[in-house]
Amino acid sequence: MAEVQLSNVSKAFGKTSAIVDMDLSVPDGAFVVLLGPTGAGKTTTLRLIAGLEKPDTGEIKIGGDVVNGLTPAQRDVAMVFQQYSLYPHLTVRDNLAFPLRSPILRTPEDVITQKVQEVAEVLHIPHKLDNKATELSGGEMQRVSIGRALVRDPQVYLMDEPLSSLDAKLRADLRVELKRIHAELAATLLYVTHDQIEAMTMASHVGVLDEGRLVQFGSPREIYENPKTAYVAARLGQPRINLLPVGLLDDAAPTGAIHVGLRPENIRQGDGKDATVTRVEHLGDQTRLHLKLGEFDVITLTDPHSSLNPGETIRIAAHNPIFFDAEGNRVT
Amino acid sequence: MSAHAINAPTNRQKWVAGTLVIVYALVTMIPLAWIMLTGFKSPADAISYPPKVVFEPTLEGYVNLFTTRTRQTQEFLDANPPENWADEIVRQYDMVIVGPSKFGERFLNSVIIGFGSTFLSVFLGTLAAYAFSRFKIPLADDLLFFILSTRMMPPIAVAIPIFLMYRNLGLSDTHLGMILLYTAVNISLAVWLLKGFIDEIPREYEEAALIDGYTRFQAFYKVVLPQAATGIASTAIFCLIFAWNEYAFAVLLTTANAQTAPPFIPTIIGIGGLDWPAIAAGVTIFLLPVMIFTILLRKHLLRGITFGAVRK
Repeated sequence: MAEVQLSNVSKAFGKTSAIVDMDLSVPDGAFVVLLGPTGAGKTTTLRLIAGLEKPDTGEIKIGGDVVNGLTPAQRDVAMVFQQYSLYPHLTVRDNLAFPLRSPILRTPEDVITQKVQEVAEVLHIPHKLDNKATELSGGEMQRVSIGRALVRDPQVYLMDEPLSSLDAKLRADLRVELKRIHAELAATLLYVTHDQIEAMTMASHVGVLDEGRLVQFGSPREIYENPKTAYVAARLGQPRINLLPVGLLDDAAPTGAIHVGLRPENIRQGDGKDATVTRVEHLGDQTRLHLKLGEFDVITLTDPHSSLNPGETIRIAAHNPIFFDAEGNRVT
Repeated sequence: MSAHAINAPTNRQKWVAGTLVIVYALVTMIPLAWIMLTGFKSPADAISYPPKVVFEPTLEGYVNLFTTRTRQTQEFLDANPPENWADEIVRQYDMVIVGPSKFGERFLNSVIIGFGSTFLSVFLGTLAAYAFSRFKIPLADDLLFFILSTRMMPPIAVAIPIFLMYRNLGLSDTHLGMILLYTAVNISLAVWLLKGFIDEIPREYEEAALIDGYTRFQAFYKVVLPQAATGIASTAIFCLIFAWNEYAFAVLLTTANAQTAPPFIPTIIGIGGLDWPAIAAGVTIFLLPVMIFTILLRKHLLRGITFGAVRK
């Protein structure tokens, strides 16, 4: 296992900048989740580390060694792709054995058999080993694809939305499984996702990307509670953070603050300003209230058994507000 | 109960479709069947009118195809009794077999040149198509157009320059010359067809193999090739059919050494009148390799013809 370091890495495709001056330091054994909307450069970051793309400038180090000139095979990384990840002409067993049989590893057949069996059991697919890869369901395919990374013992695991095509239950199971595997192997793992629960539950560190730049890097809690910008604040949190003009919920705003960010759970009910309920969403474990505060929409959470109805008026006040200036940077 | 698509054909539609297919199959197969039957007829039966469907089969056509014969005097024939069944057949015309004909050689030439050029076209075509599909090649579109432009005129239009070039280079009437010529004609088809197939194979497979510890060439060999098998097979069939049936260049550029079967078969006519059974026998044998090759690869062929339209 090894640490991964990107210094001043830039990458452009034609005129489009995919990665701009990225400095990223992934400690040995960290589980790093990269967050960002489509096109933010998450996948490109993984591909640069894997060696599938060459950076235009900058240096990439794995385990302290510069790997810029190395082929993907020489870098000793494992990668799980979002889709199309299994070799369709091979059986599940041969798919799992494929990296072990590579000219770089040249694993003896008896070790391969044993490792493949172990990984198949972890992922609950031992009964599918002799099926053609194309005969599997989407969830099974993705598990085999994760398995193909796990049979190896690489320096770094790279995963590009590995769970996005799975159903909710399997996703929850594999989330736990991946976390357990990470803890057991003490592996360094870079993980791209859109899913907030994956980010919050699995990551030791979260990196937020915006248009090819790394905006903030820290623990999930830090990112959630102390976002450096309004953009970062909007990346985590479901429902999203409410961004309102300063003064609307009469805050004692610091100078320069233009916007105030309020997490849905940080809106207190019972005192403060009047807001009209426009919609009530009962989700079972929580209830979301959509409110109209003046001309602004506000979302907050309320008691799961709330009996509020659209049209009613409640009083709300801010709690732990976060302030941002005109550019969206944090002001304290 | 199984799922039933609402657009599944009704029995009546199936019946109509079945009838059409059978009629079409008959129309295309009757000439072939007729040629094959004629190969087993005697010369008299072959030209009898009305045509004979039921006849006494004989191997005369095949014997005439594979042998050269001379007419002999009665004394000679009496002194030398027939040595085998083939000899016996030719004795009815007061002839004896003096040796093998050139058909075997010409047929072998066809096999060498046909399969050789097919292999070379598909081999070079696959590599070129892979490169066009995966690498950033300067002026790739122009190069592809240039490759295709070699097909924009009938190949025979350049017959005279090729004839002169081949004479100067010593490639006239050689196997190598014919293999190179057919490869040059087929390569554009091979590159374009195969590029279509390789474009359809997601790059992620190779990238996964690269990360799994393989070099690019190994990834190409282990991952891309097996998935391009369908495209390679159907391309090979098209290339073989062209090279196998090519007549004009074969007449022009080959005489003795490297002559293929197509220019040879018509020359059988000249030997002792119109020997239709021998010609039919030659055509029958000539058809077999392509037929077998196509039947072996037929499951790939359908996808080859409809390539790009059907998802795996």
